[in-house]
Amino acid sequence: MNWEPLFLTLKLAGVTTLLLLVLSIPLASWLSSTKSRLKPVVETLVSMPLVLPPTVLGFYFLVAFSPNNAFGSWLDEWFGLQLIFSFSGLVLASIIYSLPFMVHPIQAGLSAISPSLKEAAYVMGKSKFTTLVQVLLPTIKPSLLTGIVLAFAHTVGEFGVVLMIGGNIPGKTKVASIAIYDEVEALNYAGANFYSTVLFVVTFSILLTVYLINGGYLKRFWK
Amino acid sequence: MITLCVQKKLDGPNGDMLLDLDIQIQEGQFVTLYGPSGAGKTSTLRILSGLLQAEKGKIEVNGTTWFDSATKIHQQPQQRNIGYVFQDYALFPNMTVEENLLFALPKEARKNEITTLLEMMELVALKERKPQTLSGGQKQRVALARALVQKPTLLLLDEPLSALDMKIRLKLQEYLLKVHKVYKLTTILISHDIGEIYKLSDQVFVLENGKVAKSGTPTQVFLNDKISGKFKFKGEVLNIEKDEVVYLVTVLIQNEMVKVIAQESEIRQLNIGDSVIVASKAFNPVIYKIDA
Repeated sequence: MNWEPLFLTLKLAGVTTLLLLVLSIPLASWLSSTKSRLKPVVETLVSMPLVLPPTVLGFYFLVAFSPNNAFGSWLDEWFGLQLIFSFSGLVLASIIYSLPFMVHPIQAGLSAISPSLKEAAYVMGKSKFTTLVQVLLPTIKPSLLTGIVLAFAHTVGEFGVVLMIGGNIPGKTKVASIAIYDEVEALNYAGANFYSTVLFVVTFSILLTVYLINGGYLKRFWK
Repeated sequence: MITLCVQKKLDGPNGDMLLDLDIQIQEGQFVTLYGPSGAGKTSTLRILSGLLQAEKGKIEVNGTTWFDSATKIHQQPQQRNIGYVFQDYALFPNMTVEENLLFALPKEARKNEITTLLEMMELVALKERKPQTLSGGQKQRVALARALVQKPTLLLLDEPLSALDMKIRLKLQEYLLKVHKVYKLTTILISHDIGEIYKLSDQVFVLENGKVAKSGTPTQVFLNDKISGKFKFKGEVLNIEKDEVVYLVTVLIQNEMVKVIAQESEIRQLNIGDSVIVASKAFNPVIYKIDA
């Protein structure tokens, strides 16, 4: 059996989740505390991937990043970046596609904290950054875990965006979900079944772990 | 000496309200803000601490300007060195009692300060516990100890005792007195409890609709012209029943039920639920001490 598509899927999901975490914490923290008029617009943009068919996203990526267009050729000339049919392109598209799954739990967690908690830290002379890192984030650990896992699992389950801008290059952009489609088209049901079973088991275990941790079922083993 | 002379528009419970204060507080005094909810008491503390910015005015504390709308000075809460005890305690749930105090410790300060405070507030046995596992009174002590760690120039207490029962409340009032004696901190307390105010404060400001309606010592504010040998209590009529030739009116005063005898002519205008005053003249009240 060819394990490459599965490893590629995990690599893509891992890299995407890590970058999303770094990006989403400041974004969610801004959204949870801002009174800016831009907030509803930004919130809408963040949530768009929830309702938009992945193919729409993929299509615009394809158009924007194509080396035949201004933006795509500019990226290529200045940064040597070719985002179409490449792994880095997949990562970028996945970040946008899974953004709401990371931002929403963190934003909800931060909004649920009583504002007096951060105000208490401010009057102690602590900066906003120190307060976020030492007080707020540790307080919303369950939300962070939910965000990380949902973003990871959602990236694992991605198909439309990858198909549109990644294509089907083995070792580069051929992730497990694409491989399944490929095998079915070739009428190789055993191969499709192999990838599908692995994906099923992996995602099931990940989600189960989250519910066990956030539900407190595992605490009795630690104490 | 603290000079607080500020104006700020607030969304009160009855629409917009202008908080308009001109208050002076001597250093080392224990001051209480008293008044109905929505009168601007908490906003006053927030403006003093810098969590809320006033529109106009000036705040000067011991010669330092914290806020001045004319010269556009607005010191951040971080720069003001204030001890603030919030109504919901605001203890950090991810830290133990001791870690909560350590977090408040300024970088250059020494750690034995924490030990002193833990001992003074009788928290040594609880120092490894997380806030979620503490009772209300214990949380309150932690919050107070934590507010003192940074040796603040000003201690602000936003109704810290309101959620506690009477016995713990009395105990915590003792702690507050002790703290005030030891550290001689200028302290501003929000309280609804007149007994508490008498016990603790040097000066009271009564806020109504964003303005100081009255100020002075507790005796001046709460007793002024009402002082007399007369007993007079506000209450609510719970029941009216006929007993032979007279009527018995049951009145709820605070948490006590009292039966008052009334003539038919007196009860004619009384209905159940009415607010009334029960007064009595020309008798000798007796005082008994209650053992808490």
